[in-house]
Amino acid sequence: MSLVLHLQGALFDFTDYGDLVVLLRNSLIAGAVLGLVGGLVSTFVMARDLPFAVHGVSEMSFAGAAAALLFTGNVVAGSFVGAMIAAVAIGLLGMRARDYNSVLGVLMPFALGLGILFLALYKGRAANKFGLLTGQVVAIDQQSLATLVSTSFLVIVVLAVVWRPLMFASIDPEVATTTGVPVRVLTIVFMVMLGLTVAVSIQVIGALLMLALLCTPAAAAGQVTASPFWLPALSVIFGLTSMLGGTLVALGTTIPVSPFVTTGSFAIYLVCRLIRVTHDRGTSRARPHETSRSILTRTTDSMERP
Amino acid sequence: MSRALALSEAGLAFGERTLWSGMNLEVTRGEFIAVLGTNGAGKSSLLKVLLGLIPLSQGSAEVLGTPVRRGRRDVGYLPQHRTFAVDAPLRARDLVRFGVDGFRWGLGGNRRARARVDVLLESVGALGYAEARVGQLSGGEQQRLRIAQALASDPAVMLCDEPLQSLDVYHQRMVVELIDRYRRELGGSVLFVTHDINPVLSVVDRVLYILNGTFRLGTVDEVMTSEILSELYGAEIEVIRRGNRLIVVGADDQVHHASPDGYPS
Repeated sequence: MSLVLHLQGALFDFTDYGDLVVLLRNSLIAGAVLGLVGGLVSTFVMARDLPFAVHGVSEMSFAGAAAALLFTGNVVAGSFVGAMIAAVAIGLLGMRARDYNSVLGVLMPFALGLGILFLALYKGRAANKFGLLTGQVVAIDQQSLATLVSTSFLVIVVLAVVWRPLMFASIDPEVATTTGVPVRVLTIVFMVMLGLTVAVSIQVIGALLMLALLCTPAAAAGQVTASPFWLPALSVIFGLTSMLGGTLVALGTTIPVSPFVTTGSFAIYLVCRLIRVTHDRGTSRARPHETSRSILTRTTDSMERP
Repeated sequence: MSRALALSEAGLAFGERTLWSGMNLEVTRGEFIAVLGTNGAGKSSLLKVLLGLIPLSQGSAEVLGTPVRRGRRDVGYLPQHRTFAVDAPLRARDLVRFGVDGFRWGLGGNRRARARVDVLLESVGALGYAEARVGQLSGGEQQRLRIAQALASDPAVMLCDEPLQSLDVYHQRMVVELIDRYRRELGGSVLFVTHDINPVLSVVDRVLYILNGTFRLGTVDEVMTSEILSELYGAEIEVIRRGNRLIVVGADDQVHHASPDGYPS
């Protein structure tokens, strides 16, 4: 009883407690939502071999946001426009990494350079400048949060609808086409979802560190599982862990969220990699052999190898 | 219904270049047809036409009595062996699962599909590595999975696009036997594109030889002769039968065998 009173007394001493709670609440909600959507999107980023494209989209998103900061002031809209242009262009170029890797390599420094030019011309607060590249000190207002949550919700719903054919088209496009899967349409749909995710993440995690959210979680999960259920499930868990953990730690400091998130997700990746290596060492000598249950396979297997 | 595939006065051209024209082909149920010819003769394009992926320039194409269209469940497709990345997030059973319901919207995951995958895996003798990552399996193991994947929809027609490419002789024989069993046990028709007639020599009913914009259709003995091939190639070609192998000697003989990867050396 006296403890509760004591705690209450201590809490009431915080005059800005209400603001802190809102700030904390918003940051945690943003972290959780981004961890969830990042974990899901990164599953396809890995399946489609798109990490380089993610980087390209986030640098274009940065250029768009920087331009918006200079000309209109609506940074969120700018980051959406930049990300969308890049994502749709990549989607139209083709779905194989080799089709657009060199184009991306040419466009990325150009976009980054443009963004830096816009930032250099911008006379406003310096904190806004670096935030787009490296992520913000925890600070998400009500309106940004609403955009972030509603966009992420849209991305998750669309992914849920196209999940199966998108996975088929991502890993096995040739056969997927023959079964009637609209491979090209799905490519564009996914790139738009990727663009949306990048656009809402850029203010929190920053353009340069986007891959920690959109590549590392699934890359880590892929080390320990290849199951179509556990891969996205673990990826989401890893995304949530690094985003929420990073946010909680960052709240106690004046450092942006991103270094904690990137360090956390890298640590998770290392652990998963270690698990994989030790597991492989244990099973490599006992690899399952082909069974021969059907009549045909028996005859085939009994044939002499030349 | 005895007619599985039908092409009538069919022609295919890309721009100015005509791959083949005036093709009339009727494939009956349970028939195994080998499609041979040089690279770029339009063998794979023929399969793409039948899959509804590219339109004919002239004539018509029917599968099971209806015009070709994309995504039919009664047509199976067996692709060339293509290596997966070692880390590809896909197990053997997931590759087969794509054939069962990979084209359906939504998240997936029901028990019936899972049971179906088990049946398919068992039918090609791949149950033992069902949980292994696809990228860690050998080429032969992967082609077994491909066959299971193609069988998933109980197709009446199986279109095989050089499924023997880059497989060793042992696994080539395995693939051919599985496909042959499919047509014997399920009465399926097979169009089998291959560089080399020999792996399918014992099971093939007829040969479709496409070359230089023209083609020949008939039994092995009718088509695979020195006269016919010399005429097709416009060069001196000699066909030698040695035991149960056909050896084609001539300008382009590597197309048929010789170099292990199947490409002219």
